[in-house]
Amino acid sequence: MAAVTSPNQRLKISLKYLLLILVALIFVFPIVFMVVSSFKPDLQLLRDTSSIRAFLPIGDISLDNYFAAFRRAPVGLFVFNSIFVTTLTVIGSLFLCSMAAFAFVFLEFRGKEIVLSIIIATLIVPFETIAVPMLMVVNSLPWIGGSGVTWGWLNTYHVQIVPFLADALTVFLFVQFFRDLPKELIEAARLDGASWFQVYSMVIVPIAGPVFATAAILKFLAMYNQYLWPLMVTQSEQFRPVMVGLQYFFQLNTAWGEVMAYLSMITLPVLAFYLFLQRAFITSIASTGIKG
Amino acid sequence: MRPNRSKSLQSNTLAGWLMSGPALLLITLFLIVPFLLAFWFSFTNQRLISPNPTQFVGTSNFEQLLGVGALVLEPETAADGSLVVADDGELSYPRVREFTRNNPDFQHLNGMREWFGWDWGNSKVLVLARDLVFMKALTNTLFFVAVVAPLQSLIALLLALMINQKLLGINVFRTVYFMPVVVSIVVVSLLWRFIYDGRSGLLNNLLQFLSFGQFQPVDWLGNPDTAMWAIIVMSIWQAVGFHMVIWLAGLQNIPLTLYEAADIEGASSWQKFRFVTWPGLRNTAVLILVVITMQAFALFSQIDVMTNGGPLDSTQTLVFQAVQRGYEQQNIAGGSAISVLLFLMVLTISLVQRYVTRER
Repeated sequence: MAAVTSPNQRLKISLKYLLLILVALIFVFPIVFMVVSSFKPDLQLLRDTSSIRAFLPIGDISLDNYFAAFRRAPVGLFVFNSIFVTTLTVIGSLFLCSMAAFAFVFLEFRGKEIVLSIIIATLIVPFETIAVPMLMVVNSLPWIGGSGVTWGWLNTYHVQIVPFLADALTVFLFVQFFRDLPKELIEAARLDGASWFQVYSMVIVPIAGPVFATAAILKFLAMYNQYLWPLMVTQSEQFRPVMVGLQYFFQLNTAWGEVMAYLSMITLPVLAFYLFLQRAFITSIASTGIKG
Repeated sequence: MRPNRSKSLQSNTLAGWLMSGPALLLITLFLIVPFLLAFWFSFTNQRLISPNPTQFVGTSNFEQLLGVGALVLEPETAADGSLVVADDGELSYPRVREFTRNNPDFQHLNGMREWFGWDWGNSKVLVLARDLVFMKALTNTLFFVAVVAPLQSLIALLLALMINQKLLGINVFRTVYFMPVVVSIVVVSLLWRFIYDGRSGLLNNLLQFLSFGQFQPVDWLGNPDTAMWAIIVMSIWQAVGFHMVIWLAGLQNIPLTLYEAADIEGASSWQKFRFVTWPGLRNTAVLILVVITMQAFALFSQIDVMTNGGPLDSTQTLVFQAVQRGYEQQNIAGGSAISVLLFLMVLTISLVQRYVTRER
């Protein structure tokens, strides 16, 4: 930090901070408004939007909106579903995609170059444009479960998990990271008689912590925030995640207090997670773009 | 040596396919197959539920979507050849539907509707389209991309430059600017629906306060002139932190020695930006433009939650239409054809971007 000497410099720095703070307000005010409003009764909430009170937890503050939200929809179930689906998908995709990337980078086999370029080319396809054909695919797949073989995957947990266990972006991230690792590591382990799977699990995975964190964060955000797909494939509330749960709060005469309470409940855990791990979050986004 | 080598190659091949196999199988089944199906459906009359078997219909889905025609309307003339003038002084014209409904002389215009037009002397030139909603979705999407891609990359770069300074507590600002990125776009859309509300919305109240009550409240999402801009502003607010961080990574890859050298030469801040920072950000710039363009083309959730394409189709987009037709209206062929056109556009634009900004 350079020592501040002249008044001129001091003014310059103050102006910089002023600008930084003004911009920061633009980014936080909707979020603060959401959380603060979730504690207010509807009438006060609407009245407060005309003044600075909209951002202050003053007046008739209570948890009533939260209780009302729980009465309107099975919020606990939605949260459980989201966490369950997101966790399994993140774990599964880290394992499958890192192993595939390991094979692409360290093993020589015919056709791998073309397969890898096809995978990377698919990054360009927006998910929404293939959602309907994908619906037809999952609708005609078999599943072996407790009640024997069933056809069609709609209205289940696995229809929300399995299609997302492997994706191009995650494979790509691991490939980028593995390419920078020294090949000698692998050769040494192979000379010691390790199988390829042992090299992957005992040599590479332990030193790949940063890329696992990156991939986990990106996958977590993508899965937890998913909207269209669960909307299409979960007809009963039993399997619905939090974003689809929002529908219970879209009403003709929307109870905004309840909406804000629900939005806060499904957002604050993610924000807390982000504030706790913000360095990792920011590094993970940055690393998607480092090599392009 | 020979058998040995081929054996080690063999075991490599087997291990390679075994280890990449599960991921490849899933990507094929849940990404490549649906993608190819979309291509195939776009040439058929596939519906979600239909008693009739699917038929191959060639390019008729695309003709239906892209069909446009022009029509020049001459003012009506009386028997003596003079122009018919109505009581209000306006010329009168034949009705468009006389040409677009079962007119044997204008077969190519059959079923089309007026898209836009302009006056040409006494005549009117009209552009007609077979599928007006699609045309609006197409132009709205291109408009959104054309505004968001440059604007959002520029704002993200300015933010990145702001937080790349050596100031006490700068990390706090970095954390705050990035915050909306982790909030789901669906949550953000619902929240901003309230902010944009015509009566009790925060934005109107804020503008009234700042203008000392001069500002007249606007129903931002309910007005065809403002709805798309409202969505643009909110989309940038939510996503700009993401691209700011990519710019920041690019900035931090520029060697400090270059700045030191520039200082010794006595370069101004602008010169340093122009001759050190900007050239150093070249690759980052290409990446960000490609990523933002691709994301902008995929505009969907905001529309679905905030406006449903309205008012008056002013916020229709290609992806929204693809989902609307394929899923809500169960017209899979039509939805797939839109998907294919969208894919071709995104592919073309990213190839052009890469070509224009290639290393020379």
